[in-house]
Amino acid sequence: MSDLMDIKVTVNGTVYQRSVEPRMLLSDFIRFEIGLGGTHVGCEHGVCGTCTILFDGQPQRSCITFAVQADGHSIETVESLGTPEKMNPLQEAFQEKHGAQCGFCTPGILMTMKAFLKENPHPTEEEIREGIDGNLCRCTGYQNIIESVKLASEKMSHSGSK
Amino acid sequence: MEKKFLGQRIKRNEDPRILTGRAKYMADITYHNMLHAAFLRSDYPHAKLNSVDISAALEIPGVIAVYTAEDLGDLWHPGPVLVPAPHSIPGIKANSRTQIPIVKDIIHHQGEVIAMVVAENRYIAEDALAVIIVDSDPLPAVENIEDALKPDSPLVHEELGTNLATYVRQERGNFAEIKTKADYVLQQRFVMDRGGAGAMENRGFCANWEEDSQQLTIHCNTQSPSGLRNSMAAWFGIPEQRVRVVVPFVGGAFGPKVMTNQPEEVLCTFASIKLNRPIKWLEDRSENFIGTTAERMQVHDCEITFNKDGKVLGIRDSFLYDTGAFNPYTATIPLNTQTHTTGLYNIPVFLTEFTSVFTNKMIVSPVRGAGRTYGVFVMERMLDMVARQLDQDPTYIREINLIPADAKFPLETGIIAQDFAQFVLDSGNYPAVLKKAKDMIGYDDFKKNIQPKLRAEGKFIGIGLVLFTENTGVGPYEGAKITVGNSGKVFASSIYGTQGQGHFTVFAQIVADQIGCRVEDVIVETGDTDKFAWGTGTFASRGATVLGNAYHHTAKLVRAKILATASRLFNVPEDELELGDGVVRIADVPEKFIKMGDLATKANPMRGTIKPGTEPGLEATGFYAPPYGATAYGAAAAILEVDPISFNIKFHKFVFVDDCGTVINPMILDGQLHGGIQMGIGNSYFEKLVYDENAQLLNGSLMDYLIPRATDMPSKMEIGHLNTPSPLNPLGIKGVGESGTIPIPPLYCQAIEDAFNLPGLFISEVPLSPSVVYQLVENAKSKKQGELL
Repeated sequence: MSDLMDIKVTVNGTVYQRSVEPRMLLSDFIRFEIGLGGTHVGCEHGVCGTCTILFDGQPQRSCITFAVQADGHSIETVESLGTPEKMNPLQEAFQEKHGAQCGFCTPGILMTMKAFLKENPHPTEEEIREGIDGNLCRCTGYQNIIESVKLASEKMSHSGSK
Repeated sequence: MEKKFLGQRIKRNEDPRILTGRAKYMADITYHNMLHAAFLRSDYPHAKLNSVDISAALEIPGVIAVYTAEDLGDLWHPGPVLVPAPHSIPGIKANSRTQIPIVKDIIHHQGEVIAMVVAENRYIAEDALAVIIVDSDPLPAVENIEDALKPDSPLVHEELGTNLATYVRQERGNFAEIKTKADYVLQQRFVMDRGGAGAMENRGFCANWEEDSQQLTIHCNTQSPSGLRNSMAAWFGIPEQRVRVVVPFVGGAFGPKVMTNQPEEVLCTFASIKLNRPIKWLEDRSENFIGTTAERMQVHDCEITFNKDGKVLGIRDSFLYDTGAFNPYTATIPLNTQTHTTGLYNIPVFLTEFTSVFTNKMIVSPVRGAGRTYGVFVMERMLDMVARQLDQDPTYIREINLIPADAKFPLETGIIAQDFAQFVLDSGNYPAVLKKAKDMIGYDDFKKNIQPKLRAEGKFIGIGLVLFTENTGVGPYEGAKITVGNSGKVFASSIYGTQGQGHFTVFAQIVADQIGCRVEDVIVETGDTDKFAWGTGTFASRGATVLGNAYHHTAKLVRAKILATASRLFNVPEDELELGDGVVRIADVPEKFIKMGDLATKANPMRGTIKPGTEPGLEATGFYAPPYGATAYGAAAAILEVDPISFNIKFHKFVFVDDCGTVINPMILDGQLHGGIQMGIGNSYFEKLVYDENAQLLNGSLMDYLIPRATDMPSKMEIGHLNTPSPLNPLGIKGVGESGTIPIPPLYCQAIEDAFNLPGLFISEVPLSPSVVYQLVENAKSKKQGELL
């Protein structure tokens, strides 16, 4: 396939210019063109939510978005949160409350919850449950994810971080 | 025994990498000259393959190779039997058919591989699949397991002359005799279907054959790294020592990833050797639904005999089991069903027989719960039949039939289990688990005070309580190698599959207790056959039990070396030394100590001498082999409400009580139960692989195959524990990985029946769904008063 398209995408604050096939998925662009492996792909049907990234701040399935649709837009992935040496409060809460097991769905859940907590900094458990209802997890039964997000909201309101 | 960390709620070592997206999974494995594979799979479940025209595919730029069966030459043959039949059981019939890597003449199930494309990238490889022309003639398919055994049925394997795969009959006592002596005999047919594993990460495989060094390196998210290494070595005639299997982080497995000799594994390795380049394949979700493995339907024909007082005398269970088109795993699942049926109940007579049946469907493998679920389902449902017949409370019928607390453990059951050893109940207090579950759910108060009021308000609210066992931690063995390094870090390697169970932490806790270091200073590695060569794999909830005890044993060997080395160094007796905080010190002389890393350096000097007859370094290798599985058990209880319009279910309370013996990390333990319960809820009300009469899968996507979402779950799973250490292993551990899943379907049935309180409502088939329950309730309403079943 030829007909490459030139696109300019901001990923985690850095601007990347690439020539890509129009059919290239945004998830593949992030993983293989930019080299950020934290965005996982679980179904390629837009159902499971594993590949969720923030697209101009809003959670979006990167597996059913084409890379060319991100031209001129801003993408945030799990790598934009903390590092292994210094995790952010959301990640710390997931460690403290055992919100991740195999970790495959986790990046999508973290990015979904980042946007959720920004809009809803003091959520109830029921609101959190609704908030992650679009993300499948097969390991945790969701209970510890919900407790993690609750703890994160407390940590973030104490520290005043956004 | 040192127990500083065992039993503690310790944060996971692996989480900082997992939570920041740094953990590497199969999709992250890459080589600069890597090629990508895609597979053309059969649309037909049963067909004669006439020809495959690959010419147009080869024309596509970027396509490197296209392979069909004839390209494999002598490498085309059926795979090995992964688990043999239990030949020691008298009267067994066993027909074995294992899968082939790529179809040559007959297509046996939808999703079977017909051709393989290797291309510069996956997009091009899939372009090429679209232009391959397959000429095949569909054949009548075997779909229904009851019809499959009729004389006029089409045959999955024509040359066998039958669709019977395995028949096993086991009997404790004499059922025909006891039946004549009981006050009551009830019969019932039960049907239970189970679905796919649904790990969020699909399968993946990367083979890199390096011609010059004659070395094969495989990356795969397998549950059995050693099994995969051994099987590829055998298939391709390479010494195991030249085959390295590396397992990266794995995004869940739950059963199917234990299968080895899979078509894609053979074909990617074949292509890598042929092309002398790395070949990677990542399964997509559609392939996962038709081209991997799952669990499947059982149909049970049951009888229960009991007396007026509610005491059960005997049970007969004759069941059929759908094993799919091939049966490399033979009878693990139905043997698990047989061993878990009478469970923790005192049932003197038990006749169990199964016939597993070939059908034109995807191959069956264990999925979390792995056959146990069906046995628990029929047993618990039959106890509910007894309760209804005698107008007794279901928990009373359970209570009087439980094996008593003062029973003389270990109790032999006389039934051969999946490890071909007799199923033995090693320890436990079964009445205590029933009582704890009743107390936690508030059973008596709900029945007496709460339910009548809510029923009067018109609510359909019911309670259920069921019990189960889980035979875990079976052999043959696991092993480990532990090395104290010059940095003071402790490297603890084994060959196991790890998929989110917290192995990097729980095994570190066990090792750190013996070595006297911090948990975070123990680096657990479970996935590289070059780091440790010996092991079997992740199945049967055996990690904590079998590998945990292997780590414990090996760490004690290293501890002995540490003490011996430090004793020589300080010239003091070993019993005056103590280990802790990463140092060895002379007790009561705080200034006399040596850091563990420095001691490791002294134990492996580069010049001078070491004591003759000793080994250098602070390192040991050890193994643990259980005599038979350790049996966990527990109870699940729920109060649930059925919405009379939508028939959706809302849990008012959900309780799970488990006894898995010694607990390593209570946080991780509860997480294992939560996830297991979620899959059990899926098996009860959401998940079903729907096949049409031609054995065609109708719901092969996560859009149509429903994995429970957050709002489908109870708002709180309350977990209670009993801790009866297993006498079988030094740490007293019993497994827990599958416990959560096992008892949930009968719990749904009992509680839904209680919610509607209709005499004619008895549920004998799962999975349920809102529409199924609606129909059952409507049917029950139209039944005459007093018509029970």
